[in-house]
Amino acid sequence: MKRLRGVLPPVIVLLIVAAIWDLVIHLGNVQNYIFPSLESVFRSLYDNWSPVLASATWVTGKEMLLGFLISIAVAAAISLGLHLSATLRNAIYPLLIGSQAIPIVVIGPILAIIFGYGIQPKLIIVAISCFFPIVVSLVDGLASVDPDLIKVMRTLDGSRLATLLRVELPSALPSFFSGMRIAAVYAPIGAVFGEYAGSQNGLGYVLVQATPQLNTDLVFAAVFLLTVMSILLFVLLSVLERVCVPWAGKGKR
Amino acid sequence: MTSTAGAPATETGAGISLAEVGRAFGPTVAVSGVSLTVPLHGRLSIIGPSGCGKSTLLNLISGLDDPDEGTIEVLGTTSSADRLRRCAWMPQRDLLLPWRDVLGNAALALENQGMKRKTARAQVAGLVERFGLGSFERQLPHQLSGGMRQRVSFLRTLVAGKEVLLLDEPFGALDSITRADLQQWLRSALDSEPRTTVLVTHDVEEALLLGSQVVVMTARPGRVAAQYATDFPVGASRRELLRLPEFTELRDELLARLEEAS
Repeated sequence: MKRLRGVLPPVIVLLIVAAIWDLVIHLGNVQNYIFPSLESVFRSLYDNWSPVLASATWVTGKEMLLGFLISIAVAAAISLGLHLSATLRNAIYPLLIGSQAIPIVVIGPILAIIFGYGIQPKLIIVAISCFFPIVVSLVDGLASVDPDLIKVMRTLDGSRLATLLRVELPSALPSFFSGMRIAAVYAPIGAVFGEYAGSQNGLGYVLVQATPQLNTDLVFAAVFLLTVMSILLFVLLSVLERVCVPWAGKGKR
Repeated sequence: MTSTAGAPATETGAGISLAEVGRAFGPTVAVSGVSLTVPLHGRLSIIGPSGCGKSTLLNLISGLDDPDEGTIEVLGTTSSADRLRRCAWMPQRDLLLPWRDVLGNAALALENQGMKRKTARAQVAGLVERFGLGSFERQLPHQLSGGMRQRVSFLRTLVAGKEVLLLDEPFGALDSITRADLQQWLRSALDSEPRTTVLVTHDVEEALLLGSQVVVMTARPGRVAAQYATDFPVGASRRELLRLPEFTELRDELLARLEEAS
């Protein structure tokens, strides 16, 4: 019953949006290539699933997930470095912020020139799009431990490493997950941009092919699949968080 | 009584002595010209108005901070690293680790000292049991009441096996009933695990119940205004003590001193 109450409201909203969508298309007599009806989007999804969309989804999903994992690893390493060394923090933080000012759209073609049409440039772009929110939230999480708790650790014979492992890292887990959930939203964007810049398969590739052909049904079907993958990644992270941080939100911290 | 918490070194001579200690933060003089001695296994209570530098004094003794003037000696050593090795500090808030159960929190110091997690947990289990927390040993902090959490926090401090315990308003955040209960609990805990203790509080009764010496401090800058020795019958309960004429007399005297000090 409780679970139903959590699922029901978004389902109802979704149904209302779908109804309005269909109503507008039919009453307004909108051409399919300008804005397709839901029915034709799903028919296109069904018709093109095998072989086009299935393999494209697999390729893009792999890029998203692998790129995201790389960004987590890189972000964790950078965050630890920034947390442990003030010198490193002063030297690198401004550069990290600067790196976010470079438009991904510009990096894509450059990486395609360097690495070709393979998976590497996509992984790099996904990682670049995702790592920044993870770094910011993880560094914040590591630094926001109660200073009195750090003092307690010192009088309880806690070395720097012991304090990091037993206090700072566990305390930073909730912020780490917040950062990852924000970053997860950027993973499909990165993957699609990477494929725009040069690719032979993937949902971004499908979009590039379908748009000039005015195959709008297929465009929407691809977008739908991207959205589903984003949501799945987000849900996966939320489930992982509940498993890894069972104490979050219980009483005072 | 054998100690499961790692026997602290039983050295002879003074426990803690401060000579003309001063500490300023920028233009603010927190403490100035403080001289105190606490004998080995002695219990000193410090009371004073807020801002009298009580907490600063504990930080200085613990070795977490160094004085600008004067010297601090803890069991014959003066450097801050050596003091840190001999002192355990307990703040007002319990600051338990929310992801560790009672045993895990109590065992923290032993793990920091290099003991394996399992061994450390087994080692503290006896002490946890003896101090009335046995049935809670697998509970997480958020499942415990404020008083229980504070007991665990005290055990965590005790388990470090330090000779000196520095308690900074340990019951300040608790309601008065729990507080009275814990004062009694701490008295018996310290009777069975004697340590050199410095307790900071703003509660006069607590200072008298838990200290064999009581120091009154004045504010801005923090100085020692008066010092008293308590001499109440050993083994008397909290309620018996509160009824003693000597106790009420000294309490009134201290309250008067505190009013002058603030």
